[in-house]
Amino acid sequence: MVLAKDYDSVMGRANEIMKKALGLDYQEFESGSIAFDYEALMKSTNYTLEEVAKIQAKTAVGNTPLIELRNLSTLSRKYAKPGYGARIFAKDEAANVSGSFKARRAACAVAHAKKLGYKGVIAATSGNYGAAVASQAAMQGLECIVVQECYDSKGVGQPEIIEKARKCEAYGAEVVQLTVGPELFYSFLSIMEDTGYFNASLYSPFGIAGVETLGYEIAMQCRELLGKDPDMVVCTNAGGGMITGTARGLLKAGCTNTEIVAASIDLTGLHMASDSQFNKKSCTTGHTGFGVPYATDPDHSDVPRSAARTLRYADRYVTVTQGEVMYITEALANLEGIERGPAGNTSLAAAFSLAQELPEDAILVISETEYTGAGKHIQPQLAFARDNGIDIIFGDPAKEDKPGVNIVLPKDPGYIKHQEADINRFRQSLINRACKKAGVTNPSEADLKFLAEETKTNVEFVKKTLGL
Amino acid sequence: MSKKGDWVRIHSIVLKAEERTGRIPEDTQKCDFQQWTKGFLQDESANIGDEVTVKTAANRIVKGTLIEETPYYTHSYGKFVPEIIEIDKQLRQIMFGGDK
Ligand SMILES: Cc1ncc(COP(=O)(O)O)c(C=O)c1O
Repeated sequence: MVLAKDYDSVMGRANEIMKKALGLDYQEFESGSIAFDYEALMKSTNYTLEEVAKIQAKTAVGNTPLIELRNLSTLSRKYAKPGYGARIFAKDEAANVSGSFKARRAACAVAHAKKLGYKGVIAATSGNYGAAVASQAAMQGLECIVVQECYDSKGVGQPEIIEKARKCEAYGAEVVQLTVGPELFYSFLSIMEDTGYFNASLYSPFGIAGVETLGYEIAMQCRELLGKDPDMVVCTNAGGGMITGTARGLLKAGCTNTEIVAASIDLTGLHMASDSQFNKKSCTTGHTGFGVPYATDPDHSDVPRSAARTLRYADRYVTVTQGEVMYITEALANLEGIERGPAGNTSLAAAFSLAQELPEDAILVISETEYTGAGKHIQPQLAFARDNGIDIIFGDPAKEDKPGVNIVLPKDPGYIKHQEADINRFRQSLINRACKKAGVTNPSEADLKFLAEETKTNVEFVKKTLGL
Repeated sequence: MSKKGDWVRIHSIVLKAEERTGRIPEDTQKCDFQQWTKGFLQDESANIGDEVTVKTAANRIVKGTLIEETPYYTHSYGKFVPEIIEIDKQLRQIMFGGDK
C-alpha cells in the first residue's frame, strides 16, 4: 500500500513514525496525568556515564581542555569592587571532533542507532548538531540526512547556517534546506518515514546522556587543577540540552554546591517563525527565542517527552545582548589568543559580568566554546546584519539594545552586564502550562512533587502558583 | 546543460502559501514553504529550469526544478567591519596602555 504523503496524512501518523524512528515507546514513562517518570526515561538508555565516556573516546569526543582565561579575568576585575572578580575558565568544547559539544550528543545517538540496526540517522537542526551527527555518522558508517530551517522566502540565509550546511556535506551527509516555518516537522517526519532512519533527536535521552560527561569532566578537572569544585557554571541555553546534561554530570560527580546559570542572548521582540524577521537576528542559537519557550514548555520538540529540561537544573537564568557576545568573542581572540565562534560565547559574555559578583578566588566555568569559520564568525555575522539594515553602534546595551533594529557593542567592557531574568516567572509558566496541557485542574500528590522537581522548587511553590 | 551523473541543486515547493498551517505569523503565511537539496542528476540531460530527478548523498531519489549546476558555497569571512578594529584598539589600551 502506498501511504498518502500530504500534510494531514503524515502529521496524523506522527506518533507512529516517531516511535519507529526512536526504538523507544514513551508511553511507558507516562502516569496518565501531568507527571511522567523523567529518571526512568533517562535510565532507559541503559548506558552508564562510564559507558558513554567509552563510546565518546572511540569517536574523538570528550576530554577537552579546561582553559583559564587569565587576561579576561583580569579585565573583568577592573570593573568589580576590590577583592571581587572570579577566575574564569572555559571548557574548550571546540576541540571535539566536529567543533562543538554537540559531538557528545551525536556520538551516543549515532552509536545507539547503529546498535539497533538502523541504516541511517536523521536530525532536524540548523546548528552545530547537524555537523556533529554528520561527523559521527561518517565515523560509524551510517547514512545521514540533516534537515535545516535555512532560508527566508527569497532564498537568503544567514552565513552561520550556510556554513553548517557546508560542514554537513563535507562529512558526506545530505542537507535538506527549507524556508522558515514549523512545517519543517512535516518534511522531517515524511523523510523519516520514507527512509526508516533513526531520529537522532537533540532531545532524546541518548543525546542528553552524552552531555553528562561534559559536566563530569568539568568537576574532575577543577578538582585536579584547583583542588576544589567550581562555584558557578554558566551554560549557553537554547533547547536546554547543554544545561541539563552538564548539570546532571556535575551532580553525578558530587558537585552539589555549584550554582548553575543558564545564559541566553535576549531576542525579545523577534518572532522566530516570521519570514521577514528571520534574517534580522545575528545569532542562530543560544537565544531567548528558543531558550524561553523550551524552558517553560520542554515537550514541544521532535520527541514526545524532551530529556532536556532547563528549569530542573538552572538556579538562575540571565540574558546578554548580541553586541555583548560579539564584543567578548573579539576579546577572547585578542586577549587570550583563542578564536572561537560567537554562539558558544554567549555564556562567556554572561560570565564576564557574573564573575564580578564573586570573590577573586571563586571558580567560574563556562561549559563550552564552539568552532569558528567562514560565515560563523563575528565579521560575516556583523557584515550580514549591516547589509540587512541593522545599525551597528557602540553604546550601552542595557539601555539601547533593540533586537532586529540594532546591535549595540558595549562602549567599554564595563558595559557588559548580564540581566537577571525572572526565573520564578518561568517556573510558574511551566507549572501552569503543564497543568493546562494535561487538562488537569486538581493535580495529585505525585503531580505536585513532579512539578516541584521540574522547576527546582518545592510543593509549596507549586501549590501557590496554582492557587491551591 | 547538465548530464546524467552531474552534481546539481534542485528546488521545490513543499506547501503552497494557502496550504500552510494556520499557526504562523501573517508574513510567513503569505509565502510558499520551499525546499532545496543536492544530488546526482538521474535524467539523461537537463537545463536550468527543467523538472528533474536526483539521487542525493543519502541515496534518496528526489524530484525538483534544476536551479544550479555544479553548485558551490560563497559564504565567507564577510566584508570589513571597522568596529572590530575599534574593539581591538580599546582592549589593548585598557589592558596594556596601548602597546604590549
Ligand atoms: C555552541 C552551542 N552552544 C549552546 C547551544 C545550546 O544548547 P541547547 O540547545 O542544548 O540548550 C547550542 C545549540 O543550540 C550550540 O550549538
